[in-house]
Amino acid sequence: MKISNEWVNNRENREGIKGWLNPSRYGWERISYWFQRLTGVFLLVYFIGHVYETSSLLRGENAWNAMLEITQTPGGHIFLILVIGTSTFHSTNGIRLIFTHGGKGLGNPGRPDYPYDAISLNYRQRSGIWVALILAAIAMLYGSAVLFSGK
Amino acid sequence: MNQIIKKIRMLEKKNNQKDMTKINNTKAETSRQMVVLNVYRANTHRNDLPRVEKFQIPVQRWMTVLDALLFAKSYLDSSIAIRYSCRMASCGSCGMKINGVPKLACYTKISELQGNTITCEPLSNFPHIRDLVTDFSQFFEHHKEMAPFIHNNNADIKDENKLSEFKQTPQDVDNYLQFSYCIKCGLCYSACPTVATDTKFPGPQALSQAYRYYADTRDDLSNRRLNAVDGKHGIWRCHFAGSCSKVCPKGVDPALGIQLLRGHIMGYSRNENKIAKLRDPT
Ligand code: SF4
Ligand code: FES
Repeated sequence: MKISNEWVNNRENREGIKGWLNPSRYGWERISYWFQRLTGVFLLVYFIGHVYETSSLLRGENAWNAMLEITQTPGGHIFLILVIGTSTFHSTNGIRLIFTHGGKGLGNPGRPDYPYDAISLNYRQRSGIWVALILAAIAMLYGSAVLFSGK
Repeated sequence: MNQIIKKIRMLEKKNNQKDMTKINNTKAETSRQMVVLNVYRANTHRNDLPRVEKFQIPVQRWMTVLDALLFAKSYLDSSIAIRYSCRMASCGSCGMKINGVPKLACYTKISELQGNTITCEPLSNFPHIRDLVTDFSQFFEHHKEMAPFIHNNNADIKDENKLSEFKQTPQDVDNYLQFSYCIKCGLCYSACPTVATDTKFPGPQALSQAYRYYADTRDDLSNRRLNAVDGKHGIWRCHFAGSCSKVCPKGVDPALGIQLLRGHIMGYSRNENKIAKLRDPT
């Protein structure tokens, strides 16, 4: 069986961005890392679009209304629901990460014993990831109920 | 007295039970007669085209992936290149990707892997040499950058009469002990998503070693280590994906060391910087 030539040319053998694409190999913390990046990039794109959208006010009321029309389509609704979900996940998980990045909520170093499970990957962290995911799902459901009910 | 002995026995029994459930719950075993071993083959210096070779391996109970590779090397193809030494998860030589995840071949039993095919590939993020062997030079360079030794100006190691020992409490030892269990196997370096894209990032192993010496009260080189990690490609590029701690076979938990060190730099944790006293040699 042959493998692509790319491997030979790449003596450094770095996984590169490809390494992020399969987050399932390393458990929930890696999935949360991947989601945090993905939602971050999505929100950046949204903010650029948002600034463009609001700047249409400078071109008068009609331009602003035409811009708002776009968000009233089913596609626009789905996009806004994604914005609600990603921003909820990104901020909730981000708050967890602000603490963990300073070593809070990870436990204290001790004497490792078989089967050598890492204490930093503990249930508190995992619950934090789940809470962020569940809140994002609830926010999206609420958002779709409001947007699609047309109120 | 009898009551105390009774209580100790009860506690021992309880702990033993707990340990056994912990062990029983860890890995479900799969038994089978044969497995197919897919081994990555290529010699980078000869610009070989990489290929995967398949070997049929008869499985015995307790057989590890390293045993299977050595079986293939002894009876099927002696040219397979593998690096190993201790066969007991102590030397850190036999790291490789097993079914896509970095593991020690000598510490991975065939029975704990699913399916009838086992794929062995060289570790990612390390330059490839041949077959399953990779180049650790850059990894060790990062380790050296962290000054991985105890330095103390008060300790006079040249004058034999002044040789003495440092006073440390058990708590002082616990603060760094688990990080000192690192065997430099590179599994964490291979799993880290930041190392995957940034060659200058020191990686989980080196950063957790910086914390290991930083937290050691015998050492007085903290500032040098903090300068080494505090840079554009340094500790701030860790985003706590936790994969390093997930794959570490020694319970070092490098992600914990990195976050604790960052906590000290950012002032989340009190930095007392206490230096242990020397016992009077006389
Ligand atoms: S921290 Fe763990 S995985 Fe990383 S090199 Fe040390 S022993 Fe290996
Ligand atoms: S052979 Fe030494 S760690 Fe596997």
